[in-house]
Amino acid sequence: MKPIPELLAEHPFFEGLPADDLAALAACGEEVSFGAGEVIFREGTPADRMYVLRAGRVGLEIHALGRPAHLVTTLAAGEILGASWLFPPYQWQFEALALDATTAVALDAGCVRARLDADPALGYVVVQRFAALLVKRLQAARFRLLDVYGDG
Amino acid sequence: MADPVAVTLDADPMVPVPYEVVARRALSDDTTSLTLAPAGPRLADARPGQFFMLWAPGVGEIPISLGVAGPGGQVEESIRAVGAVSRALSATPVGGRIGLRGPFGTSWDLDAAVGRHLLLVAGGVGLVPLRPAVLDAVERASDFRGIGVVVGARTPGDLLFQDELTDWGERPGVQVVTTVDHADRAWHGHVGVVTEVLDLVDLDPARTTAMVCGPEVMMRFVAQALDGRGVPLADVQLSLERNMKCAIGHCGHCQIGGGFVCLDGPVVAADRALPLLQVRER
Repeated sequence: MKPIPELLAEHPFFEGLPADDLAALAACGEEVSFGAGEVIFREGTPADRMYVLRAGRVGLEIHALGRPAHLVTTLAAGEILGASWLFPPYQWQFEALALDATTAVALDAGCVRARLDADPALGYVVVQRFAALLVKRLQAARFRLLDVYGDG
Repeated sequence: MADPVAVTLDADPMVPVPYEVVARRALSDDTTSLTLAPAGPRLADARPGQFFMLWAPGVGEIPISLGVAGPGGQVEESIRAVGAVSRALSATPVGGRIGLRGPFGTSWDLDAAVGRHLLLVAGGVGLVPLRPAVLDAVERASDFRGIGVVVGARTPGDLLFQDELTDWGERPGVQVVTTVDHADRAWHGHVGVVTEVLDLVDLDPARTTAMVCGPEVMMRFVAQALDGRGVPLADVQLSLERNMKCAIGHCGHCQIGGGFVCLDGPVVAADRALPLLQVRER
């Protein structure tokens, strides 16, 4: 089994981060795995982890009374699962479900936030990368609103 | 049926040549594939990316990209029924006749990708014009550093050529990623737009040639995403779609900027095409 800093270094989100920073974040992490069909987190529960996806496929779902679960998007290896851990009220907004056998590094949210607060330079880099990720997802969501494959 | 008489290279490009529907199959709820054989003289062979004008007698004529060229001058054309002409063409029974003109326009430049990563991105029926390039590429996969095929659709049921997608993905050196806008848990691909899954394809951006075909706005987003990843726009080929009528640069219906899609396209490098696509129509 590879050490956590090495697993983080292999992930695109952490690409190019100095070893010291990787070590600081890795100290908050552990390797986790989920079987296909296993719920990783539920909407409304505390967003206490940041998942660094290494293998598998995760679906984000919205559940509404009287309607079937709506699969909003899927995330795969090389992506980050979960943003709600970074902003108050630190609650998951969606349900995450492992669609395939999935492995990840789970970083403890409180631990990561404390390290980012203690090292603003690292905090800036991580938040900047998160901002880029969120902008990309926002643009994709807007793109999908166009329903480009619809009639016509 | 008699063998086609001759290639009509000197034929009047404005006069449709009769072709007969010899086979048909449904690709999805609204998309039908027709295999057309020359009912007399045959047209010149088309290159992947070029298009024919298909004429439904008494209804009208529309441009349709080459699907796959077959033996004896046959062509397989896939048509999505969204308007009067495309509905009439799609409904043509086996034994029925339609008119063809062409082939017209520019083609995918697969040779530009030799020794590089080749990325093919299709959205919706955009897989139809891209498919002959994919078929060529997977047959000569060793010419490329790797082949990535990314296909987007509205739902899993709207994905065209699903058997072929599976087959391509099992070939060495070929990576296939499918994504849809809407699906349930039973779907084994991704959910999201094509730009969200581009990063899943292994490629060296500076040594990648991309070919993109789909709705115009989708091509715009994909080209911008590839640009952001470091793929030079000159190495990104797009297939433009405009309201082509004459197909020989006379009528001006398909004018875009200072050119005509029927002559200067449909396949155009993104560094030339993107500025034109970002101009608002009035």
